[in-house]
Amino acid sequence: MPAISFQFVSKAYASPKGPKGTTFKALDGVSLQIEEGEFFGLLGPNGAGKTTMISILAGLTRASSGSVQVLGSDVQTDYAAARRKLGVVPQELVFDPFFNVREMLRIQSGYFGVRNNDAWVDELLEGLGLTDKANANMRQLSGGMKRRVLVAQALVHKPPVIVLDEPTAGVDVELRQTLWQFVANLNKQGSTVLLTTHYLEEAEALCGRIAMLKTGRIVALDKTSDLLKAASSNVLRFKTGDALPIELAARARITGRIVQLPANNALEIEQYLAAVRQAGVTVEDVEIRKADLEDVFLDVMGNTAEVGA
Amino acid sequence: MNGWQTLLYKEVLRFWKVSFQTVAAPVLTALLYLMIFGHALGDHVKVYDTISYTAFLVPGLVMMSVLQNAFANSSSSLIQSKIMGNLVFLLLTPLSHWSWFFAYVGSSIARGLVVGAGVMLVTVFFTPIHFVAPLWILAFALLGAALLGTLGLIAGLWAEKFDQLAAFQNFIIMPMTFLSGVFYSIHSLPSFWQSVSHLNPFFYMIDGFRYGFFGQSDVSPWLSLGIVGIALVVVSAIAVHLLRTGYKIRS
Repeated sequence: MPAISFQFVSKAYASPKGPKGTTFKALDGVSLQIEEGEFFGLLGPNGAGKTTMISILAGLTRASSGSVQVLGSDVQTDYAAARRKLGVVPQELVFDPFFNVREMLRIQSGYFGVRNNDAWVDELLEGLGLTDKANANMRQLSGGMKRRVLVAQALVHKPPVIVLDEPTAGVDVELRQTLWQFVANLNKQGSTVLLTTHYLEEAEALCGRIAMLKTGRIVALDKTSDLLKAASSNVLRFKTGDALPIELAARARITGRIVQLPANNALEIEQYLAAVRQAGVTVEDVEIRKADLEDVFLDVMGNTAEVGA
Repeated sequence: MNGWQTLLYKEVLRFWKVSFQTVAAPVLTALLYLMIFGHALGDHVKVYDTISYTAFLVPGLVMMSVLQNAFANSSSSLIQSKIMGNLVFLLLTPLSHWSWFFAYVGSSIARGLVVGAGVMLVTVFFTPIHFVAPLWILAFALLGAALLGTLGLIAGLWAEKFDQLAAFQNFIIMPMTFLSGVFYSIHSLPSFWQSVSHLNPFFYMIDGFRYGFFGQSDVSPWLSLGIVGIALVVVSAIAVHLLRTGYKIRS
């Protein structure tokens, strides 16, 4: 039985622009199966439909058509069972200002009907570095600490399937390390993890399989290693202050002075360098590196996509 | 505790943690009404032959406090959770629409009764209170708090901003409570306004409640009980339907 299963899921919203009655398709016939125990990454630019997918999975939004199951339980017709199997860390940094961390976690346990949960709550606090904040009011916590509480809240009922919607957006390095260690551990113990993130290096390091979403459709779905293999194998990287010849600029990823050009073989690299020399462009810090997930992402999304968005 | 009991507990804890604002403040307000209206009108207004105006005023003020605070509890909790975004913690749980309903309405009843008891307690110092038919008092307090708690639930789901909720409160709840006979017996009104008052469901709550104290009322307490009961069923059906369909909380 798959941990998460999307079948032909579409979601249309009434379009805020344009004539009345027109709709905007946030998701367009998405089908996806995530097996038990996977660490799965869902990537895509802003507005691609990642959060819509997660909202439908969590029951926050209803699909216009299609169906979604969590470990065999339909998220609409059998929502109580589906939600018990699912732990969702929401993207927004939300909190309830009336309670402290421990109260919040106890209350959240109670909503799921979990009694006498203090041992597990302590373990969560410990694992997420929250023990000394257990009695602090939510209002007094920094953003990073609030994020940790969100993770703990999602896990109070020991869900077999964990969903993290951009959990590291705006979070410092230390927390990212703590968080990934914690989540990787849960995954090792058998939990299924579905992750959306803006940090492609995180997805590359953590996820066994990746789906890329663009304008509501899945445009790539494979093992992370196979996605990397399928892309251009190398990247030529150099710095320059000069304008590039047009044919190079069109293929390059340019970040300030850094220019990166995808290349499949040595001949292509030679051609790039020749074109640069011919145009009289001065280059420095030239290097050739292996393609990473960001290169694959940009390749799949087309050059118009925002980097890392 | 199971799911809905936890939510009920959380909602009660929420208002209790700020009880200075949610309990003490409305008790003080009611006390001010009693002192000012009792002083200003006590000598001029005679409602029932044997009862002083101040004594007449007490049940009305108690009930008004019960109703307003029951409404405020569910509505303000929901709108705050919606605006803060923390309603998502509830939306992610397996709690059914019935659980939401009983927890939000139950906590509103709790707040209404706590405030009502507080008002009654402080007014003891100003005028003796009679309890001719305590079961009627309890029945109307419970039903009234439940009805307003449910209305607050609907208003909290519907409102997207604090000012929309304030409008609901100021233009619907406040006039209906004030014009329901808290400060006067509707028998003192011209006949046209008496008929209008009979269309106001709040009138029956306060009139029936008052019957429990004096054994006298403008209409039969059974009629009041019937009307308030029917109103509660209708309003509850609407609230449960809105929760079941996820009105404005699940897109």
